[in-house]
Amino acid sequence: MRTVRAVGSVLFVALAGLPLAVAAQDTVRVGITYRPGVRPGLVVLPAPGLDSVQAIVARDLDYSDRFEVIPLTQPSPSDGSRGATTINYAFYRTLGAALALELLPAANGNVTGRLFDLAAERLQAEVSVPLDRTGVGDGRMTIHRLSDEIVRLGTGQWGIASTRFLFLNDGDKRIWRVDSDGAGLVPVTPAGVVVVSPAWSPDGARVAYTQFSRDGSKPIVIQTLATGTRTTLPETGGSQNITPAFAPDGRGLMFARMSDLGVSLYGANVKDLCCVERLTGGRFAENFSPAYSPDGRRVVFVSTRAGGQQIYAMAADGTDQELLVPFDFGDTGNSNAPDWSPDGATIAFHREVGGAPQIYTFDLAGRRPKQWTSSGRNEDPSWAPDGRHLVFVSNRTGRRQLFVVDTETARTRQIMTPSVARLPAWSRPIGRPQQ
Amino acid sequence: MRRRHGVLPLALLALIAMACGKKDPVVAPPTDTGPSTPSGGGATPPPAPPPATPGGGTSEAAVRAALLADLANVIHFDYDQDAIKPEDRPILDRKADIMRANSALRIRISGHADERGSDEYNLVLGNKRAISAKQYLVNKGIDGSRIDVTSLGEERPVDPASTESAWAQNRRAEFEITAGGERLVAPR
Repeated sequence: MRTVRAVGSVLFVALAGLPLAVAAQDTVRVGITYRPGVRPGLVVLPAPGLDSVQAIVARDLDYSDRFEVIPLTQPSPSDGSRGATTINYAFYRTLGAALALELLPAANGNVTGRLFDLAAERLQAEVSVPLDRTGVGDGRMTIHRLSDEIVRLGTGQWGIASTRFLFLNDGDKRIWRVDSDGAGLVPVTPAGVVVVSPAWSPDGARVAYTQFSRDGSKPIVIQTLATGTRTTLPETGGSQNITPAFAPDGRGLMFARMSDLGVSLYGANVKDLCCVERLTGGRFAENFSPAYSPDGRRVVFVSTRAGGQQIYAMAADGTDQELLVPFDFGDTGNSNAPDWSPDGATIAFHREVGGAPQIYTFDLAGRRPKQWTSSGRNEDPSWAPDGRHLVFVSNRTGRRQLFVVDTETARTRQIMTPSVARLPAWSRPIGRPQQ
Repeated sequence: MRRRHGVLPLALLALIAMACGKKDPVVAPPTDTGPSTPSGGGATPPPAPPPATPGGGTSEAAVRAALLADLANVIHFDYDQDAIKPEDRPILDRKADIMRANSALRIRISGHADERGSDEYNLVLGNKRAISAKQYLVNKGIDGSRIDVTSLGEERPVDPASTESAWAQNRRAEFEITAGGERLVAPR
């Protein structure tokens, strides 16, 4: 059970008593007007008894890149007794903050987050969620969900804390997962089985990947995360199949099959585990690395039809193929690993510049490629559900590791992993209804 | 996945056979059974053992080891290329001869890439290299149904270093017997 109570006059009527999932579907913005590029200052007040929660939430809000999280070196002297009436608005305003977040224990194991508008000197909104206050193991995800709801209350946009990355751990060739803040690092695929190219199902419950079987074949395997059950996609057992991608409806799956005659894209029905069909023709060309548009109607992919690897698009049934990202023949470097942003507006990919891959985005409206990295090798971008953050692989610090970049501010952070990390895939929100 | 049943054992076998000579004939254990994948380390095959020993019969083990070594001999590729290099043609010609003389012999070719290209494209490139080697053998008259291909992309480097020489070693195709290797006759 989650409840939201907004204190704003109109919004109180709009939101009171409604489940949050309903609120998530409308365009009502709670609180301050969100303006891209402007990050309101926010202080997270000390939360006695909720220290782990407070630390995780404060970091999540920082990683959202939607607030300037201002550290409190000393609490306001007048905050001794808690509650809206005792928030020292003037003191926090002097720190440059526009918002203050208070976290309070609530009944039934819930934690309440209260967001204060420091200029208006009033409680702006509050949210109460059940969560694991210890902040260990999977309980952390409940705290990340609180963070995401606070981001929404403050900006009208969902945060991305309650997400995970899948990646290939180069040391053991297993797929691992890690929470968005770098915690909760655990292996997903069995030991002793070499796999590549992890792909999330849209609901975050399953992962598809290519398995290197001992007979030399490469089946597409679909693994249910909760149970560990692994199912080979029918008709992929005796052949060379790579780069799986789930359709947004979770029913379809596209992948590339390699044969003596080239590499073609195939579609399959993963709900009924059937109906593998070839979608691209053409002998002696390679088409691979598909990624669906958020509406599931189109697919972006890599093709070598013009020589090197470049970014193309087609309808999900294989028709209406087109070059998507322009290139100068013989001049532009190979372009690979496209991913379609969840808002549908932008394609991320990597392109070789002077022999090293760099992260690019291609805005479908403006139709211009934009380069985001330049130091070292930077490759295999994957979009966050907010459509503005990308996770990618970089060797800028030596060995290959995961990095996250915010494409509005260019702020970049590293996800620490014990071994070389490759081929990351960013999940949709874990445990939240699809937006 | 076990990694120790590929090219390296074949090379070692040849060396053992050479070291032992005829005085201690080695019954070569089958190396083509059980799950296996090509491993790195076969980049520098040993020289062929002497075909016969004066005053005695040919060491069967030595001949067999030589055939296995020839079959396992690795070929290499230029950067982002899948064309067979001229210097590797004799290696493939020898494999074609052995396959022609041993009609039950079936092999699997695995293509590999260095780490520089895109990870997923390297799977494609490895496949192209394996197919290129297969096509060469087919053009020499070997039935394509006797040859499987697979790609390991950049996942199994011989040398994990990021140097030109390591990359050159890693851009390769490896050859593994999948059936019919129990008894081998030398081509005439």
